[in-house]
Amino acid sequence: MHASEPRHRSGVALKRLKLFLPLGLFLVLGGFLLVGLRLDPQALPSALIDKPLPSFSLPALGQERVVDQGMVTGEVSLFNVWATWCVSCRIEHPFLTELALNGLPIYGINYKDEDAEALRWLDELGDPYRLSIVDAEGSLGLDLGVYGAPETYVVDAAGVIRYRHVGVVNELVWAQTLKPIIDELRREQRAGDRS
Amino acid sequence: MIRALLLVASLALSGGALAVIETYEFEDESLRERFANLADELRCPKCQNQNIADSNAPIAEDLRKQLHAQLHEGRSDGEIVEYMVDRYGEFVLYRPRVNNVTLVLWGAPVILLALALLVLRSSMRGRAQAQEGTLSAEEQARLDALLADDEERA
Repeated sequence: MHASEPRHRSGVALKRLKLFLPLGLFLVLGGFLLVGLRLDPQALPSALIDKPLPSFSLPALGQERVVDQGMVTGEVSLFNVWATWCVSCRIEHPFLTELALNGLPIYGINYKDEDAEALRWLDELGDPYRLSIVDAEGSLGLDLGVYGAPETYVVDAAGVIRYRHVGVVNELVWAQTLKPIIDELRREQRAGDRS
Repeated sequence: MIRALLLVASLALSGGALAVIETYEFEDESLRERFANLADELRCPKCQNQNIADSNAPIAEDLRKQLHAQLHEGRSDGEIVEYMVDRYGEFVLYRPRVNNVTLVLWGAPVILLALALLVLRSSMRGRAQAQEGTLSAEEQARLDALLADDEERA
């Protein structure tokens, strides 16, 4: 009886420790759930990050010419997917115009829209775009992995997609997300030019 | 009467929850089957908890159209899935592929099952030990003697 006592005591300690198992599990699970609460389930990383713009050959809105992926690059720019049927596009439009006035090159992708409607919209609200690519069938949108307008892509000087923002571009998104990325890309570009 | 009319009107006006509106023609039944399977397995990027077979989102409609066109072009299931993943990422797969990122996802059930078996085994062993081994042979003999003694007295 006496010989078995130390083993007995350590067994009790182990049992006591086991009582904390649910608490430990709870803390781990709670930690995961807490992180989960802060994640945006709608935020989808683009599959095209760090890949070149997909090739396309589409008409430019209101012009007689056809443009492709090669002629719209050369500097850090935004590609903004928009349409007249897209309510949020109307909301972000004034801010895009402001960005364009400050010298940021923005190219439009007029996604599954009517040319006449799109031209009227630009006439009424102003045209922030260097040019708008007419993607009436949504084929370029599909190659870009667009799943709803508005979407905005940051494309670097070499024509490589570096970031995708889904939803409205406003001052907050600009200041917190897009501007830092664009500034960084411009620094990279300048560094590349010097070397 | 009015109630009946209301009922009829409400039935007539409600279109029913038809998931997929457009109809597709297929050259043969095997294509139709593959279309149904792939549409079930591919997730709609816009409405995130639906597959593209069930979703009414414009993007799901586009992807169904692509799926149909590519099946008729004679592309294999793997090629079509690759096409979707290239554009929309691994996210579009309801059955994620095994790679470094999804290894935890695929491995977790196996690891959890192994853990559960370990816990089960240790608790069964504990119980077995509690049942036997509480009395030594000497103690058992004494107990038997006492019981026999008891019976004699009774």
